[in-house]
Amino acid sequence: MSINNELVCDKSLAEISALLRYRVIQMCHESKSAHLGSSLSCVDILSSLYFQVLNIRPDEPDWSERDIFILSKGHAALALYAALASKGYFPNDWLTQYNQDGGILAEHPPAFGVPGVEAATGSLGHGLPIATGQALGMKMRKRNSRVFCLISDGETNEGSVWEAALFSAAHHLDNLVVFLDYNKWQATGRSDEVLNVTAHSDKWRAFGWEVEMINGHDHKQIIEASHNDSSKPKLIVADTVKGKGVSFMEDDNNWHYRVPNCEEVRIARVELGF
Amino acid sequence: MRNRFAAKITQLAKINEEIVLLSGDIGNRLFDNFKIEQPSRFFNCGVAEQNMLGVAAGLAKQGFLPFTYTIAPFSTTRCLEQIKLDVAYHDLPVTIVSVGAGLSYAGLGPTHHALEDIALLRSIPNMRVLNPCDPDELEACLDYVVAEPKPTYIRMGKKGEPKIHKRIINKNEIDNPIKIASGADLCLIGSGTILEEVMNAADLLSKKGITSSVFSLPMIKPLAKKIILQQFQKYKIVVICEEHSLTGGVGSALAELYVDNNILGPQLLRFGVSDNFYKKSGSQKYAREQLALTGERFAERILSIILENKHENFGSNTDANGKTSRA
Repeated sequence: MSINNELVCDKSLAEISALLRYRVIQMCHESKSAHLGSSLSCVDILSSLYFQVLNIRPDEPDWSERDIFILSKGHAALALYAALASKGYFPNDWLTQYNQDGGILAEHPPAFGVPGVEAATGSLGHGLPIATGQALGMKMRKRNSRVFCLISDGETNEGSVWEAALFSAAHHLDNLVVFLDYNKWQATGRSDEVLNVTAHSDKWRAFGWEVEMINGHDHKQIIEASHNDSSKPKLIVADTVKGKGVSFMEDDNNWHYRVPNCEEVRIARVELGF
Repeated sequence: MRNRFAAKITQLAKINEEIVLLSGDIGNRLFDNFKIEQPSRFFNCGVAEQNMLGVAAGLAKQGFLPFTYTIAPFSTTRCLEQIKLDVAYHDLPVTIVSVGAGLSYAGLGPTHHALEDIALLRSIPNMRVLNPCDPDELEACLDYVVAEPKPTYIRMGKKGEPKIHKRIINKNEIDNPIKIASGADLCLIGSGTILEEVMNAADLLSKKGITSSVFSLPMIKPLAKKIILQQFQKYKIVVICEEHSLTGGVGSALAELYVDNNILGPQLLRFGVSDNFYKKSGSQKYAREQLALTGERFAERILSIILENKHENFGSNTDANGKTSRA
């Protein structure tokens, strides 16, 4: 498989995901930036959404009828940028300038300047309330488009997540679909040990949400779960592995902050099939 | 003031279909008319202010003009990061309307006081900060905001504020100091509902033969720098009064302006709340008396400063208790 700038439209989601993972690892290595594990865990969700689910026009990023995706776990910007570049929102060249002096792509998605970024995130607990407002606004405008939001399991520590969960359910925002990247780690510990972040399904169901649990690395399951036949907002608990795709990064939380060296990048490349 | 807000926003929403009103479970029955006329554009967001601001940002991204409404501390300090990031960083036309400026809710205690909101909000890029003195000025502020939407904070009093202006205030006036009275000896500036006390101070001083020009300064940010420097420079003493902490409020904004422009002419006196929590129970009137924020106390403090320095010393400053320190 090639990793140059060829179009990805004729590739399978598995191939696209492998490509995104390799680009993420390269960007992390070159910029010496953190959050590799968190970015790798959500790659399959992003590839499925951007290449199969979202009704979007990369050549017209502000198209008023578009679906909206908000990466509430903004620290996974590496994965978002790789997906946006592959989808054609901006040239792949931009990725090489990630977190470089004078580059356009900052470590967290900015409010302006990057086509396809719908909201500036990075401080946790902000994306979902904004997504909620967008979903409400779409309903008021009688638009058929939808809002997708990706939150992390650690992010559910934030009270604002639950404020938005209450509001969305109270207003029957069935056009809001939230993926919870359940990789079971937060920055410095197991999510269930830090604040007992478990039983996600029960919690969100009790808040009035439609809930589905899936394998967050299975593209078919991700795509099917994106449909919402209920009259409630939908939460998809995506069971994922932090650092997914590279054997020595999987489920090892050191890769929340660690940066791979040249040899590790080489091994990762081989493992990803390039 | 809150009744005028409810009436005005209801009127504006009739004309402008993008206006959406979000309340943080406050204003019982206040918005009944709005809800009757615009049932699809009113949302009680519950006691969840962080989400309310995020939702407002999301609605603004969909092209709406959201107004959020709750008690000042819950409008500002409770959700400051949402204001900074969701609203201001994205430069979205969300208007945050606070009820209960300063010590309007004196008796409810420091949980309900808002004495730091101006300092915090004016330090956030893109934010416009408005502090109307009476219901008429509030109306002009709302007209201004709807005509020129951008991230805005409006700091209102509560209820029963007296009418300050004897004429109709136009929206085009609020970005400048509004002259209310003319005099030669002093320049008295008030921002917000404290203007009632500033007017009293001017009356008391005039009985002692000291005439004052009185200005209302509804727009604290952006500050009308050129006009302020031109208008206020001709006075020997400029007094700025606010129901806000002396740290970072409108007095600080003026002091910054003077320092940045190397203005050494007028003596600048700042009257506001010192760096303490106000802990006593009772009314706003009583709280103002306790904190030396009444017309009587302003007049006393100004008189003593005039007597003390005989207009000669332009380097003095004053603390919350009106004590001067010579430079």
